[in-house]
Amino acid sequence: MKLLVTFSRKKGKKPIIAQAVRDTGVLINVERAVIDSSEGEALIDVPDEQCKLVSDTMIRLGATVHILEHGISVNESECVDCGACISICPREVFSLDKDFRLQLEEEKCVLCGKCIEACPHQALTLPL
Amino acid sequence: MHKTIDQINERIRDGTARVVTAEEMPVIVAELGEEGALKEVDVVTTGTFGAMCSSGAFINFGHAEPPIRMERIWLNNVEAYGGLAAVDTYIGATQQSDTREEEYGGAHVIEDLVAGKSVELRASSRGTDCYPRRTITTDLLLENLNQAIMCNPRNAYQRYNAATNSTDRVLHTYMGVLLPNCANVSFSGAGVLNPLSNDPNLRLIGSGVPLFLCGAQGMVIGEGTQHSPAGGYGTLMVTGNLKEMSQDYLRAATMTGYGVTLYVGLGIPLPVLDVDVVRATAVRDEDIAVDLLDYGVPSRNRPALRKVTYAELRSGSVEMNGEEVRTSSLSSFRKARQVAGELKRWIERGSLQLALPTRPIDAKKLAKPMYQSIQGPRVLDIMDRQVFSVREDEEIITAAKKLLKGETNHLPVINSDSVLVGIVTTFDISKAVANPGKAHLVKDIMKKKVITTTPDEAVDIAVQKLERNNISALPVVDSAHHVIAMLTAMNLGKLFGGRWLK
Repeated sequence: MKLLVTFSRKKGKKPIIAQAVRDTGVLINVERAVIDSSEGEALIDVPDEQCKLVSDTMIRLGATVHILEHGISVNESECVDCGACISICPREVFSLDKDFRLQLEEEKCVLCGKCIEACPHQALTLPL
Repeated sequence: MHKTIDQINERIRDGTARVVTAEEMPVIVAELGEEGALKEVDVVTTGTFGAMCSSGAFINFGHAEPPIRMERIWLNNVEAYGGLAAVDTYIGATQQSDTREEEYGGAHVIEDLVAGKSVELRASSRGTDCYPRRTITTDLLLENLNQAIMCNPRNAYQRYNAATNSTDRVLHTYMGVLLPNCANVSFSGAGVLNPLSNDPNLRLIGSGVPLFLCGAQGMVIGEGTQHSPAGGYGTLMVTGNLKEMSQDYLRAATMTGYGVTLYVGLGIPLPVLDVDVVRATAVRDEDIAVDLLDYGVPSRNRPALRKVTYAELRSGSVEMNGEEVRTSSLSSFRKARQVAGELKRWIERGSLQLALPTRPIDAKKLAKPMYQSIQGPRVLDIMDRQVFSVREDEEIITAAKKLLKGETNHLPVINSDSVLVGIVTTFDISKAVANPGKAHLVKDIMKKKVITTTPDEAVDIAVQKLERNNISALPVVDSAHHVIAMLTAMNLGKLFGGRWLK
């Protein structure tokens, strides 16, 4: 399960992810993180059954946590199945099937959003 | 054996014509042989669906009361051409909105009309004795227009170069997003299904030939602009009635950072008259090669890295410098198949008769580059030939003195072979003086990544480098990377008031 964790760094630099790993013993996979001097956002992947534990721990440590049930989504009425997104995606989420229809492996998506501007038909959107 | 167009049309009328798509044809020829395929197949349908920037529509609005001779015209804030008498215009697909920029453009206006949406017409005029009105604003539907005729100067490219990017930054091009360091390849075109690739000698495709255009029955007008079949890049000028078109085969699009374009679905039926037609329509993706060009080079003559076929491009990856690089198509092969399939059904139903060209298209033409009576300014025209440079192993104070002596802010740094290895600015030296530390030599404080230009480079390209890197000077180097001059922001002043402003 993927969690989007956002935290403020104004009250000092608490190592929230490291703390959560130590407290819960769950090995967290950080798939994407943007952290600057005032705030941070990390996309993490945790096993489904430990999702609640990790989420609760991080909230206790002062982070905001969103459970992400969806990756990037395709508006099928806009998509023309060109495939411009395919080579842009760093996680190989997109492919064409044998009928040259666009296929998504949503679970691979790390919501980086790189495909959004590559889509000539503005058919791709991030959840949230 | 050969068949006449009349025999084929008779079979279409009888409902007995055998129609196949250009994707099915190579398989049939492989099975039955050329003579067998000629006997079996009457019509081969082609199809393509991709970005065709050179598209647009003529529109006639009818006369207002009191009447106006429209001089400046906007449709949903997208400017349309106002030089066609009183109430005609041409809306071009790539024209961008005055208010929404690349998010909305002429292509979107055309798609909105086809989708049955209302479009706001705004126009102004000087007013004349016969056309007294000066302004008009009205909301229009496609059905309110007397004519809405799609007329595309350059469509259906026979093939198109594939694109990659060797620079270290993302490029936004009409070939889509190109990742840095050749990390992806973008291509466009229907390959095996492309109309002109199935008739490369232009025996069957010419003026007056019927075609499928965005769901309507249209017609080939003749050769397209920039038609260059001698190099394998033929194009067509085509027309069709916008009122008969469908959004399924006509879509506005925006290439982020580049602009608006129109995705056009286009297909041409080819009558199988003789063995030559069989042979031409047996073409496969493997047989159609294009150059893979480096769009990182901002020139008309982009270097070709290698040849690639549509079969390779469509496989998902191509090999470049020993690495597998992923490919993306900008055009939709699924939609191209739909076009060829729909065209096939039209003919099987008997609702489209075939015709041979009333006037042929030249199959040997080669498009020329632009004739430029005045070359734009090049770096050598404005560069400063007096160069002060410093050796990397000299002391910082030497660099400071040279900067003062040269009255410059930029000092190229060279090694013992006089090759450019870095650059120092007055800022770097001030920093070294203000924070005295371990740095004593020029090489300790110089910037090693130097953006350079060459004497032959167009000033426009050099200016892009200055802007993009937020710098104010470029060393001008020769092929051995020796600094022969400097181009600074100050030199750009020479462009004003000089002979370049004609």
